[in-house]
Amino acid sequence: MPKIEVKNIYKIFGSRPKSIFPHLEKGMSKDEILEKTGHTVGINSASFQVEEGETFVIMGLSGSGKSTLIRCLNRLIEPTAGEVLIDGENILEASHQELLRMRQKKMAMVFQRFALFPHRTIVTNVEYGLEIQGVEDQIRREKAYEVLEMVGLKGYEESMPDQLSGGMQQRVGLARALATDPDVLLMDEAFSALDPLIKKEMQDELLELQAKMHKTIIFITHDLDEALKLGDRIAVMKDGKIVQIGTPEEILTDPANAYVKEFVQDVDRTKIITAATIMRKPDAVMAPKEGPRVAVRKMEEAGISSIYVTGKDKYLKGLVRIEDAVRLAKEGKDNLEEVIIKDIPTTAPDTPMVDLLPVAATTSYPIVVVDEDNKMLGIIVRVSVISGIIGRGD
Amino acid sequence: MFTLHIGPAFEALIDWLTDNFSGVFDLIRKVLMSGITGLEDILLFLPSLILIVIFALVAWKIAGRGVAAFTLLGFLLIVGMELWPQTMKTLALVMASALIALVIGIPLGIWAARNDMVEKFVRPVLDFMQTMPAFVYLIPAVLFFKLGKVPGAVATVIFSMPPAVRLTNLGIRQVPEDVVEAAKSFGSTPRQLLYKVQLPIATPTILAGVNQTIMLALSMVVISAMIGAGGLGSEVLKGITQLKIGLGFESGIAVVILAMILDRITQALGGTKSK
Repeated sequence: MPKIEVKNIYKIFGSRPKSIFPHLEKGMSKDEILEKTGHTVGINSASFQVEEGETFVIMGLSGSGKSTLIRCLNRLIEPTAGEVLIDGENILEASHQELLRMRQKKMAMVFQRFALFPHRTIVTNVEYGLEIQGVEDQIRREKAYEVLEMVGLKGYEESMPDQLSGGMQQRVGLARALATDPDVLLMDEAFSALDPLIKKEMQDELLELQAKMHKTIIFITHDLDEALKLGDRIAVMKDGKIVQIGTPEEILTDPANAYVKEFVQDVDRTKIITAATIMRKPDAVMAPKEGPRVAVRKMEEAGISSIYVTGKDKYLKGLVRIEDAVRLAKEGKDNLEEVIIKDIPTTAPDTPMVDLLPVAATTSYPIVVVDEDNKMLGIIVRVSVISGIIGRGD
Repeated sequence: MFTLHIGPAFEALIDWLTDNFSGVFDLIRKVLMSGITGLEDILLFLPSLILIVIFALVAWKIAGRGVAAFTLLGFLLIVGMELWPQTMKTLALVMASALIALVIGIPLGIWAARNDMVEKFVRPVLDFMQTMPAFVYLIPAVLFFKLGKVPGAVATVIFSMPPAVRLTNLGIRQVPEDVVEAAKSFGSTPRQLLYKVQLPIATPTILAGVNQTIMLALSMVVISAMIGAGGLGSEVLKGITQLKIGLGFESGIAVVILAMILDRITQALGGTKSK
């Protein structure tokens, strides 16, 4: 069962939201509906599932409905129609009491502009969620100190929010959300208001924390680089609709439509696209026991000047150049082993392209992609490194 | 051209109210009267010098040394001008009226902040209350409650309540939307949201409203001397009607001193709370 399941959520702003459904069914656009009826379509039939422990990024430009969508998950905004299942429980059917309990225990939110309580000290800000639940002073104070230390704010417990920098305030925001031990973290443009360097630092810390905590995170952003960095999967939104859901690589390499394509065109692809994406099958492979003559023939057939030699289970042994194979054949020797060049560049399939560039620049051989057992998966020739960067697949 | 007087209809309404609710008005009258005279008795029971020292100490505690010194000197001047009893009567009426205005106004402001319909209804009523010339309140107040302190207090309550309502409403509505959302997202009940987040954040604005209410109350209490509310106002009135320029000036100065002391102390209240 997915941790969160959103089914056909609609949010229409206006005096008679339900009256807009027939227009939507007819396929009228957001702008047409606004012009004709004065209603704003915030979310138009959004559906997605998020697995436990996953970081799910919802990305879109401002006005795409992403902030509305995340607020539908804890009903800060009441959806017009649809279902939001959290652990299989439909939160939209929950009573007021049940809703409060779910907000208290199951999920917590981090806000773009931090939204700290300006009249409370840092530690009482962090305690707030527990205070609401009626947790004893002593226990909640301990918990608050613990999470503040976790986010690197030890020693600031008695400061006031306005004495802290933006980055530190958002650490408080994060600590406040973590203090109630929620399963789900809702992060609404959590790092968008921060300076680029602080932002990067916070992203790295979130990744680090997440590696330990394994929360289910819904992260809203308009920043593609951030989405690609943090997201296990990304949903791209436009005009209230989800236009594509996929892993960062899928979004980059296989954009669903022109909108997504335009969105991703400026991204630094070298950081996202991995060796596995741009590798291809080697033109020719042979076993060591096949001997120099076969090697020469295979190379001639494929029109190449070197051939990879693999053992049992595609275990990579090395590479043989055509001149060595020819020499061996002339000398009448059958054993290829002595001319196999073992010192060839290899890489793991999940290595990003940015790390392949220096290798590709210095070697005259293709880079071999091998898994942890040194099994040959494919090769990367220089031309595919370059075409990968400029974004033109084979 | 045509004539359309809405005055007679209002007269009829007032007549109807006085005829049918005289019992209610009497009750209000008695309660208010005992409250106000009680306060007066307390303020006038202590010797003026002791009371001045107490006031100065309170001013010191809340607003600092400067205001304390001003309180001490200002009140001593009032004693010197032989206006002390009148000043304390005015103060008693101001305190009683402002207290009632706040007890009604602040909850009304909270209600208006949490309910748009209430705000829509309250807003024009407040405009009416504030822009209607203050003297006009005196007329129905006299009809309902006769002459004296009680109609003065009632007119003062009506006249001084709007800022308490307005600024409470404004203060709560000015709490940033995302802070309210944050409180809600942790599962706060509406009551927890109000007491733990909205009211504390709105406190400086609400206290600004309290300050305004007290200042308006003072000005109205002085005016209501015209219907026999007594105190400094009647001295001012004497100065005008009998052309006693000296007395008029002295009692005017006494009002100013009282106003400044009340203003500085209540302002400081807002300042310290907001830190």
